[in-house]
Amino acid sequence: MEKSERRVISVIVVNEASVLSRITDLFSGRGYNITSLTVAPIPDTKYSRLTIVTSGSVRVIEQITKQLHKLIPVLKVYEHADLVEKEMALIKFPASENITDIATLCSAYNGKIVNVGDNVIIAMVADEPKRVDNFLKIINKYNPKEIVRSGAVALER
Amino acid sequence: MQISGAQMVIEALIAEGVDTVFGYPGGAIMNVYDEIYKQDKFEHILTRHEQAAVHAAEGYSKASGKVGVAMITSGPGFTNAVTGLADAYMDSIPLVVISGQVPMSLIGTDAFQEIDAVGISRSCTKHNYLVTDAKDLARILKEAFYIASSGRPGPVHVDIPKDVTAQIANFDYSIELDLETYKPHTKGNPRQIKKAMEAIAKAKRPLFYLGGGIINSNAAYAVRDFVHATGIPAVETFMARGTLSYDDEYLISMLGMHGSYAANMAMSETDLVIGLGARFDDRVTGKLSEFAKNAGVIHVDIDPASISKLVNADYPIVGDVKGVVEEMLKLSSNINPAKYASWRDTIKNFDTLHPLTYHEDTDRLKPQWVIQRVGELLGDDANISTDVGQHQMWSAQFYPFTRPRQWISSGGLGTMGFGFPAAMGVKVASPDKVSINFTGDGSILMNCQELMTAVEQKLPVINIILNNNYLGMVRQWQTLFYEKRHSETDLSVQPDFVKLAEAFGGIGYRVTTKDEFDAALKDALEKNIVAFIDVVVERLENVMPMVPSGGSLFNMMLLEKKEKK
Ligand SMILES: Cc1ncc(C[n+]2csc(CCOP(=O)(O)OP(=O)(O)O)c2C)c(N)n1
Ligand SMILES: [Mg+2]
Repeated sequence: MEKSERRVISVIVVNEASVLSRITDLFSGRGYNITSLTVAPIPDTKYSRLTIVTSGSVRVIEQITKQLHKLIPVLKVYEHADLVEKEMALIKFPASENITDIATLCSAYNGKIVNVGDNVIIAMVADEPKRVDNFLKIINKYNPKEIVRSGAVALER
Repeated sequence: MQISGAQMVIEALIAEGVDTVFGYPGGAIMNVYDEIYKQDKFEHILTRHEQAAVHAAEGYSKASGKVGVAMITSGPGFTNAVTGLADAYMDSIPLVVISGQVPMSLIGTDAFQEIDAVGISRSCTKHNYLVTDAKDLARILKEAFYIASSGRPGPVHVDIPKDVTAQIANFDYSIELDLETYKPHTKGNPRQIKKAMEAIAKAKRPLFYLGGGIINSNAAYAVRDFVHATGIPAVETFMARGTLSYDDEYLISMLGMHGSYAANMAMSETDLVIGLGARFDDRVTGKLSEFAKNAGVIHVDIDPASISKLVNADYPIVGDVKGVVEEMLKLSSNINPAKYASWRDTIKNFDTLHPLTYHEDTDRLKPQWVIQRVGELLGDDANISTDVGQHQMWSAQFYPFTRPRQWISSGGLGTMGFGFPAAMGVKVASPDKVSINFTGDGSILMNCQELMTAVEQKLPVINIILNNNYLGMVRQWQTLFYEKRHSETDLSVQPDFVKLAEAFGGIGYRVTTKDEFDAALKDALEKNIVAFIDVVVERLENVMPMVPSGGSLFNMMLLEKKEKK
């Protein structure tokens, strides 16, 4: 078996009906993995940008980029080598947890407390996906009730 | 010009030079059929099943090189057509398939005969469209024809809601297409071509590996020139049959699962594979790690995704095969065909050792004989379609092909039921040639309703049923790999094929001897109407040689040697 690697791929597509299905169908139909997928319009253009985190051998990743290219509404496919990557996570804690500790931890991961209610505290961090993993491990002891991650976005350096 | 969406469809087809549409009407597409009724610029051929309409369009396209067009209604009309779309997708056949859809206002309500057609066709088309406004129709149809026929060809599906076909809007087909995101790469990189030619000049045992892309790009005659100029021996894939003439001294034969011993051994011994428009399909390569193990690989293909997908290419060249081969030919003057004489002799010896042949050792006719006999009698005068199974492989092995677009068969999808409707499309495209469909007793029943179309349209397709009373190919695998447990493959219960043909107004023959076969074929040619020739053949004949699935090309099961009587 060839070694499987994590890869981030950006895809620029025409912003039209069903373009997202074309891409996700391609992944499921050909048996490729999607770890995360984000999509949003590129301001002032007719295009959207997708950031897909996937994994596979070098050969599989090459096939993924080529197959993506073949889709008619796809303008560009970047398979990132040298990139800045960020992901956001929102975490809900019980209000009984130590808010100062949580706030300090968050700030070490580009984050902060974003909402404090009667029963819950909501915190936000935005960092490299690996560091977000780390953060989520650390905050386990504060009994997080709910965690939501955005999936990664990336830009070439 | 202010016209209805339905009229736009007609105008677009006329502007594209379409002369024949294969189709089947129904509620959602009726506005378009009303306009078909009013026009006289193109023929509409009513098949008796939507699957057959698409296969007929495929046959038409394969024989003519033009875009095939099929038209169907929503819901079941569309789902019946899906097999045809998938077939065309797998074999890179340019089609535009237009389906009706329920009106926009009903989409998403589970309306009568509503199905998410573009959702279904997405994975088996090159591209598809749901038209939401008649003002987009000119552009979409123009794009559909362009996308279907350019780059690596394929089917494009256009789904049009009924209210859009009624909507009046402006129509201008002279618009320039601006497909910013679709720019197929057609010209091969000159530096890569030069490098490939250097590799060829250095190779001791190079081998042409010719694929179906050659036929699609109309490159067969350029390839012939290149082969003859270099003297390098060649193997053909199933899809490439007819690229070289059967009697070409440099043609070894077909390779792959049922390729000849010499072709597969040549591929195993070569030191440089020159792949032209071929895609290293698993039926060709056998076990990948053993495929052309010691060879460098040149791979010319229009589709970048085909290159290094399965076998790593040392010299990848993305481009249209025809142009690339013409460039290669210009650089080939330093190659002396004499250089490969001993390599060609080695291959000839392989062929002498285990030639592609069969034994006439039973009372019943051998299916291979029938195919060879048609080859002797009709040869270049016939176009050959097939269904799927043993008869298909024997046709690929034994028919003496002389030209590209003579061979029409479902390769990638392997669709039983393809042959007869495809042969009708072939006849429409190529009326001066005899249209033969080699079929099986299983396959022919999958679209035999097309007898009606062939009678109505006077399409004298000759269906030669190689009747072994079995789903023969599956039976062969059961015999070889499932200890002869012939599960659900015995077709002892059969219709009377003669009466079946006659019931529709065609002609039928049942033959058991060589003389009867010759007489039936002669009579069918004279009568010039659609025919079934039901040929009783040896039941347990196997297609040989055979590379068992997943095995290496050089480990073939071979035809048993027999003493000459
Ligand atoms: C639509 C479809 N269903 C099933 C198969 C699987 N299959 C491949 S060959 C074959 C047997 C075909 O029998 P027949 O047409 O009699 O041809 P023979 O092999 O006997 O020459 C079958 C069932 C197929 N290829 N296509
Ligand atoms: Mg059979």
